[in-house]
Amino acid sequence: MTKDDFWQGVRGGFPVMVSASPFGALFGALAVDNGFSVFDAVFMSATVYAGASQMVGIELFGHNVQPWLIVLSVFAVNFRHILYSASMARHIRHFSMLQKFFTFFLLVDPQYAETEKRAERGEPVTFAWYLGFAMIIYLPWQFMTMLGAIFGQMIGDPRAIGLDVLLPIYFMGLVLGFRRRDNWLPVVAVSSLASIAALHFVGSPWHVSIGAIAGILLAACLPLPKQHEEPVTLEHEV
Amino acid sequence: MDSTEHMHLIYIILAAALATFLTRIGGYVMITQMKRIPPRMEAALNSVPAAVLSTLVAPAFISGGWDVAAAMLVALIVGLRFSSLWMLLVGWLVVMAIRHVVM
Repeated sequence: MTKDDFWQGVRGGFPVMVSASPFGALFGALAVDNGFSVFDAVFMSATVYAGASQMVGIELFGHNVQPWLIVLSVFAVNFRHILYSASMARHIRHFSMLQKFFTFFLLVDPQYAETEKRAERGEPVTFAWYLGFAMIIYLPWQFMTMLGAIFGQMIGDPRAIGLDVLLPIYFMGLVLGFRRRDNWLPVVAVSSLASIAALHFVGSPWHVSIGAIAGILLAACLPLPKQHEEPVTLEHEV
Repeated sequence: MDSTEHMHLIYIILAAALATFLTRIGGYVMITQMKRIPPRMEAALNSVPAAVLSTLVAPAFISGGWDVAAAMLVALIVGLRFSSLWMLLVGWLVVMAIRHVVM
């Protein structure tokens, strides 16, 4: 049962690994370009393990920005994870402390999206499934970072081989996956417009947090759907 | 880089890793301090994935150039019927066609 769950997770995470791999290689190549060694690049992928923020981090490091500002920017880009872990608490109550540690360490966008979808379908969110899904992404991420760092020069211009379009399309697919949720369209519209406005008036990476909070506030203020007869109860445990 | 600078970089990476882990555990720690989730908060939590992910999509559509916007538009239509792997493949083909054939 546990073993089945693990391999089910591995199969589920496989397409994510395929679409994330070019970005792992791209990160490795850009990191070396910004003064990282191959070891540094893999060390960052293994400890931070959050692609977009890793890209921001090396970019700022390459421009000799002060360390506290680099760390703050990484924090800001990753701020959305606070919302993920709050939302996911409902589904992982039965995990042990050590399991929760690894669960949160390995929490990336597609991992969160799949966990939510699995819970929504009524399938059990087991640690074995979660770990299988995470490992088929985490381990190749390190390997691709190393490959990209070693063969950095060979990638050349990422635009010429169309790499830059993959990340937004991938995220768009995730957004579409949630289109049956309450208030989906107004939330997507408001978050999109708010993030574009914030990008223009405040700047990156704050547009991510500002846009997200705008959509979430809207969802909290819109009329509640009728079928909520009882709020979800959480046991008191940390 | 000399070895002092290199240790500096290692410390920056470790601090970034700690900051990232705090974002990953922070929401859970906050929410488990509460006995129950009010309905409005649950509605808010349900909107999190679409709200956050939209902010990673919309700016790319506006500022990525017309080739990226066209590829995303076609991928969106594909995504209404097919899986995200098809979206990636078709979107990639569109952008490559525009860049190497049209432009």
